[in-house]
Amino acid sequence: MSVTKKAVEKKATRAAFGDEIVRLGESNKDIYVVDIDIGKSCKTDKFIEKFPMQHINVGIAEQNGAGIAAGLATTGKIPFISTYAVFGSLRMAEQIRQEVCYPNLNVKIACSHGGLTPGNDGGSHQAIEDMGVMRSFPNMTVIMGADYHSTRKLIAEAAAMYGPVYLRFTRDAVPMIYDENETFEIGKAKQLRDGADIAIIANGDTVRLAIEAAEQLEQNGVSVKLLDMHTIKPLDVDAVKDCLDIGRIITVEDHNILNGLGSAVAEVIAEAGKGQLARIGVQDRFGESAPYEKLLEINGITVENIIAKANKLLTN
Amino acid sequence: MFSTPLVIQVYKYMSLQEDHLGTGVWHMQQTSVEQLKQHAIELRKTAVTMVYEAQSGHPGGSLSAADVISALYFREMNVDPANPKWEDRDRFVLSKGHVAPIQYAALALRGFVSNESVYTLRQYGSPFQGHPDMKKCPGIDISTGSLGQGLSCAVGMAIAGQRDEKDYRVFAMVGDGECQEGQIWEAIQAAVKYKLDNLIVFVDNNRLQIDGFCEDVMPLLDLEKKFDAFGFDTTRIDGHSMEQIVETLDTFAKQKNGKPKCIVCDTVKGKGVSYMEDQAAWHGTAPNKEEFELAIKELEGGLPV
Ligand SMILES: Cc1ncc(C[n+]2csc(CCOP(=O)(O)OP(=O)(O)O)c2C)c(N)n1
Ligand SMILES: [Mg+2]
Repeated sequence: MSVTKKAVEKKATRAAFGDEIVRLGESNKDIYVVDIDIGKSCKTDKFIEKFPMQHINVGIAEQNGAGIAAGLATTGKIPFISTYAVFGSLRMAEQIRQEVCYPNLNVKIACSHGGLTPGNDGGSHQAIEDMGVMRSFPNMTVIMGADYHSTRKLIAEAAAMYGPVYLRFTRDAVPMIYDENETFEIGKAKQLRDGADIAIIANGDTVRLAIEAAEQLEQNGVSVKLLDMHTIKPLDVDAVKDCLDIGRIITVEDHNILNGLGSAVAEVIAEAGKGQLARIGVQDRFGESAPYEKLLEINGITVENIIAKANKLLTN
Repeated sequence: MFSTPLVIQVYKYMSLQEDHLGTGVWHMQQTSVEQLKQHAIELRKTAVTMVYEAQSGHPGGSLSAADVISALYFREMNVDPANPKWEDRDRFVLSKGHVAPIQYAALALRGFVSNESVYTLRQYGSPFQGHPDMKKCPGIDISTGSLGQGLSCAVGMAIAGQRDEKDYRVFAMVGDGECQEGQIWEAIQAAVKYKLDNLIVFVDNNRLQIDGFCEDVMPLLDLEKKFDAFGFDTTRIDGHSMEQIVETLDTFAKQKNGKPKCIVCDTVKGKGVSYMEDQAAWHGTAPNKEEFELAIKELEGGLPV
């Protein structure tokens, strides 16, 4: 794997959705977008312009949007519902359960504004529990890419597989990590580093923090294994088990520490009865209006905290 | 232990089943009003028997829906029991999914599944789940059970038909109580926006829900006017008059004028079984042996439907 060293260029992963959905719509007329009056900010505007006959806007009616997507899917369409993560996972949660997951229909839920990224919008708009909710539904796949290119690849993979997928994007720009040719497989962790002292498992917009923490730890002689766990369901259980010999594991996520990546990894570790875990994530509290980076800091989702947790595990 | 055998059984009977109507080729549009009334009686008997056998299920709303279901399955809908997933078929969405027994009865009488198999209703391994399950039961176009959601799915199917320039139509049935769900009105808005004249919605206006009369639980006011105000072509009929149902399907429902159709059907919950009629208590209660025998006797006696 090749981590782009010139990691200065930044792009929001919602832009990856906007670009990839156009590419998909071009080659497959069954690809539909169901918008819920936030097309512009979810980046579906190019798709709307190019493929009006593959586009539906249901207005501010999330529940109906999910049901319509399910109905479309029964006829062989591949609808992508596009909205904000907080609404896509909660306002239509029961509809996704009943009409998408229960009948296992080929509907994708593509959500921008994941985690704390809609910082200034405040706590009402920060989706901190979405992946946990989605992870609870049988048949659902739950994904958050770490950067623009990986997100595009994962969207393409999601379109190519049959079944419900929840995809979560950032509102804010995050550094480019991967180069364009990198490949990704749903349900398979991406190993960014191999190491022997500490294993860090991160996903989404926190992967960049984990990369930086790992680099600093290495400089201090700590050997770090680093995984980008873009798919939290199905979790790459083997990849987690491969960390058990190291025994000191840190998870990092822009999500509540309950029910997200940290919990999924904890389940594997607890069942194995081996290893120690430190979870970094939103501290089971609602957010507030603030810059995204500030909100991360309040919750300890920082390079410094990853390093501190690593050092603590190493001295245990 | 039932899991596989039951499913196999269903398909086996499907292929072995003789045409119970003895007509050989099925000429749907020629099914007479008299025959449709007879079928409705059969559907009612089968549904009540299913609920009795299972000692669980929803007889009241099954009985109120029976006449419309009979007209749809035996005259109106272009479906193929031998190819339930045929892509050009008309769709039926039972948004009030708890009355699955009446749809299962129609699927059996129409030859999608065997007549015997439906009595496994609500048993482990049965295709006939408590609420319609498209993964388990042939002829179910979408799984339902959570009220307020099915109509949105019907809208999605109708949009797909329109975009693909297909001729199929989508029929949906909602309960009157179900219309208290906000999502119903979201779906209605979308149906009007997208000019879905391939969508026909029946409201089973039986005036009852679980906790009593809709009027007391949460008044719906005039549903005909409400659908009309939202932009549907709307009409109101006696949902137990086969003549009116057929007439409405033949004329009103066939207009290609860019407007979705709503048929408010005034019905009686429990219709055809005297002691169940207009009784909220029979919404989701199974009859005991005596009650069951009386029900069948009354239905066979052909209380005017
Ligand atoms: C979302 C949801 N809430 C509650 C229920 C429980 N429930 C089942 S049937 C019913 C009453 C339905 O009344 P109505 O729509 O009038 O149907 P009908 O009278 O034809 O039985 C209720 C509340 C449900 N199935 N779904
Ligand atoms: Mg009712």
